[in-house]
Amino acid sequence: MRCVRVACVVVFFMMIYFPILLGCSSGRKIPANVLQVGNGAEVQELDPHVVSGVTEHRVLTSLFEGLTDCDAATLEPVPAVADSWEVSEDKLLYTFHLRKDARWSNGDRVTAQDFAYSWKRILSPALGSEYAYLLYCLKNARLFNEGYLRDFSEVGVRVLDEFTLEAALEHPTPYFLSMHNHYAWFPVHQATIEKFGKIDERGTQWTRTGNLVGNGPFILTDWRPNEIISVRRNPHYWDGTAVRLDGIDYYPIDNQQTEERSFRAGMLHITSTIPLHRVEVYRREHPEALNLHPYYGSYFYRLNITRPPFDNPLVRKAFALAVDRNELTEHVLTGNEQAAPSLVPPDAGYKSDYQVMFDVVKAQKLLAEAGYPDGKGLPPVEILYNTSEAHRTIAEAIQRMWREYLNVDVRLLNQDWKVYLSSLNNLDYTIARSSWIGDVADPMNFLECFQTGVGNNRTGWSSLRYDTFIESAYAEADIEKRIALLQQAEEILLEEAPIIPIYFYTWKFLKAPEVKGLTPNLLGYMRWKDLYLVGE
Amino acid sequence: MFMAVFVLKRFGEFLPVLFMIITITFFLVRLAPGGPFDSEKRVSLEAQRSLEAHYGIDRPLYQQYTEYLTGVIRLDFGPSFRKPSRTVREWILLRLPVSLELGAYGLAFALAVGLCAGILAALKPNSWLDYSAMTIAMIGICVPAFVLGPLLVLIFALWTDWLPVAGWATPMHKILPAVTLGAGYSAYIARMTRGGMLEALSQDFIRTARAKGLREARVVLRHGLRAGIQPVIAFLGPAAAGLLTGSFVVETIFQVPGLGREFVESAFNRDYTMINGAVLVYAVLVMGLNLVSDIMLGWLDPRIRAR
Repeated sequence: MRCVRVACVVVFFMMIYFPILLGCSSGRKIPANVLQVGNGAEVQELDPHVVSGVTEHRVLTSLFEGLTDCDAATLEPVPAVADSWEVSEDKLLYTFHLRKDARWSNGDRVTAQDFAYSWKRILSPALGSEYAYLLYCLKNARLFNEGYLRDFSEVGVRVLDEFTLEAALEHPTPYFLSMHNHYAWFPVHQATIEKFGKIDERGTQWTRTGNLVGNGPFILTDWRPNEIISVRRNPHYWDGTAVRLDGIDYYPIDNQQTEERSFRAGMLHITSTIPLHRVEVYRREHPEALNLHPYYGSYFYRLNITRPPFDNPLVRKAFALAVDRNELTEHVLTGNEQAAPSLVPPDAGYKSDYQVMFDVVKAQKLLAEAGYPDGKGLPPVEILYNTSEAHRTIAEAIQRMWREYLNVDVRLLNQDWKVYLSSLNNLDYTIARSSWIGDVADPMNFLECFQTGVGNNRTGWSSLRYDTFIESAYAEADIEKRIALLQQAEEILLEEAPIIPIYFYTWKFLKAPEVKGLTPNLLGYMRWKDLYLVGE
Repeated sequence: MFMAVFVLKRFGEFLPVLFMIITITFFLVRLAPGGPFDSEKRVSLEAQRSLEAHYGIDRPLYQQYTEYLTGVIRLDFGPSFRKPSRTVREWILLRLPVSLELGAYGLAFALAVGLCAGILAALKPNSWLDYSAMTIAMIGICVPAFVLGPLLVLIFALWTDWLPVAGWATPMHKILPAVTLGAGYSAYIARMTRGGMLEALSQDFIRTARAKGLREARVVLRHGLRAGIQPVIAFLGPAAAGLLTGSFVVETIFQVPGLGREFVESAFNRDYTMINGAVLVYAVLVMGLNLVSDIMLGWLDPRIRAR
């Protein structure tokens, strides 16, 4: 009897405390001079022409390099694979001179042909690339991608010789050179692609560890899905002496709390984000780790203008005016977000002329003019948002504002991401939470979404005047005139209010003090070769 | 002989159920709004069409279904829509072992702690030992994994730095996930063992064993436990299945690269082939483990065999 009891007690407490009995150090050693990065979700793929996310961008910019790169502080183009370039008078023809010492990670030369091949690949309809549209500034690229044109030689890219590449544009594109650090423009190694499949075949094995050939500062050494992606120095990289890190380990941690705990435990140098409720704690206790910077993204509500009551522009405007954005950014959002009086963030050399400001009196007046004095007769409206704590909190705050200021019955509807997208695409909503993050630092990237018939419009709204301004802005080579045209277009958009701007995003992350060389910028771009670690 | 018939019969029920599950999942995921290629930035119509053609979802549903069924027979579940670099079979082979390993550790922990606590409590009913063991068990049942996990991390990783916060690289990484996963089940097992043992120890055959002059340890562990453990064995099948399939939360908290996370992610992404593959694997696991637990019950309890 006694021995049974003693044995049971011993085993019981051993199991309860076996972490302590076994525990003496907390596992894995972090390799020296290797940056540990929390990278949000698991990458979809490592094929620059198939993926579409930010997490992929972080990894791919270490493995590949385009013709030009961006200065992390100014976002101005700097030489990368191309060491110089000429632009024609009408800004429609770019001639790139490639450096002769640029090498693939297997030692092959990076040539002009590699770029032509890669651009053809991403534009091939069969590949189904989400980001092919970034190349639409190339002459005839859109027609080729949409399947109207079969002959790639008519697309505006020409190989003049092994190290000279010519790009002919559809219209002057002031941000053309700054786009080349986006993975859509990255070159891929033709022989590697074709060793594992056809040019326009997705999902071949060329991106596996050991197969992937890149031309960036680092090479892929390990990829264990949902565990880690490791990259280490590329010995063939042309600017190898400038690279100060020995490597980067990316951890796909999609749970924000887990990521934050890993950072606290010293497992990560940089996180992909911060959980909302931790911002205050860091502000109080570790302000040196907290990073909050303006980000080129806009949070807004879409209104379905094919449905009453939002088929009436007066009602739309009344709703837009009855949102107290400052109250939102001060009391609901905690990460230094800025109230948005316009769709396009006031950065990158552009500021909207027209501002949607909080004005209850005017909102009520407009509502009365529309035939709904004091909100009487207005049908209940519904705010649709995709599942997220933050979206719900914001929707609740706006619901309260509209109830209070416009006396309208506002309901909330939560849908999971894909159902939400499908509702948006089929115009099966009344009001929908939306956002747009700029792919390039240019207002056009935001404004072109709302042209008539564009897939990203999703409001049913269409304005001939707006389309004309956008088209003129495309054709305009003069920077200032172009900005003025875009401002006029945005004024129409805000005046007719198929969307209600709410706030501008911030780039939020945690960074350990030993990480140096990271320059915050609008696009959240981390230029890995600038980064280094001190005191390790 | 009886056992063989029993196993064969159960196995015969297995296949139609599996077929039903495959069929229902196949059509259900396609009925859900939103397709695998819907994204925030819209692709050109031509690109959308070629994607659908590439993955064969532009063909009539019945044709897709028959193709899928023939694929399943060859254990070929097709490519993953969302993560095209690997096929669904590769993903499952990559991720399932991790979930199985985690589940096995969780079960081992649950059994060790649960059985000991239950036996202790049953030996001295209504003593302080009984009350404290059952109170801990009650707490274990009530505290969900998403509370227990972060709490354990706080204590054993952040405050004391004995164990890593997250990951799956070394044995040290596996302790906290296993404990978190097993805790709730250990509590159930403790309560069941206590109940089962109390009943068993009051039976005639125990009195007989004692009267024969057997040592108490032998009476309890050999005769008492064998009868008292039966509710636990019956519970073990569903518990093992639950541990293996319910590891999603734990996998998320501790960044464990298991199949649970993959499954939930694929549902959100409408990754049709991945969902179907994962459901199939889980169905086989759940049914298989229940079968094993039935067989074990029969083996342990002469009364069931005789029936």
